[in-house]
Amino acid sequence: MKGTLSNVPIAKELDIVGARQTGRNIATELGFSSVDQARIATAISELARNIYLYAKKGEITFQQVEGVAPVGLKIIAKDNGPGIKDISKSMIDGYSTSGGLGAGLPGVKRLMDDFDIMSSDEGTTIHVIKWLR
Amino acid sequence: MRIPILKLHEYLLISVQVDLDDQTAMQFQEDLLSKIHESGATGVVLDLTSVDIIDSFIAKVLGDVVSMADLMGAKVVFTGIQPAVSMTLIDLGIHLQDVPTALDLEQGLIKLRRELEEK
Repeated sequence: MKGTLSNVPIAKELDIVGARQTGRNIATELGFSSVDQARIATAISELARNIYLYAKKGEITFQQVEGVAPVGLKIIAKDNGPGIKDISKSMIDGYSTSGGLGAGLPGVKRLMDDFDIMSSDEGTTIHVIKWLR
Repeated sequence: MRIPILKLHEYLLISVQVDLDDQTAMQFQEDLLSKIHESGATGVVLDLTSVDIIDSFIAKVLGDVVSMADLMGAKVVFTGIQPAVSMTLIDLGIHLQDVPTALDLEQGLIKLRRELEEK
């Protein structure tokens, strides 16, 4: 089991639940603890909701990776939406342009181990990894 | 999908048994407020024992319903939040400080009774 494990398109609200269930199942199979499974599922929920809310459509990809630990779960959230105007602001707790809690992106960063974000007016791609310890 | 709301004396009891999607959570908010209105309940216990994920949106909806119910004169207590859920909520930076919580349904009812007697 290496490389891409699953690919979940996000186009409607219920896909958020589908994506986090897929992620939780994969995390369970990879051997993550129940707390890490909850962290991973919550991070996916935030990423998928951002896609749905700001870009309408996109996809979440799950990959098994190897690096600082022998097993890691990488989650890629990709959309072709309008992009994030101010990435540094979007990483501040409590900042939201949608009336939400503004906990999404900074929360995802804390829930996961590695966090990378690229955004332009052609879309946003976020890579996060949780390492199995 | 609708979450059942049970009435027990002057209390409403809810046990969330499904993976909450946004729509279900919003519907529940509306249903609970109508139920408080029609039943005249003064206390609500929301049991989250079976909920294994609360993200920032669901946390906002659940936190809001506590304030909304409060405006109507009903106290809401959350019970049974799983250890993994409490850890992820804190990671998310969500502290739900204004929300009364209790370990389980029994403790939740005791807490409600105490809070309502103080009023």
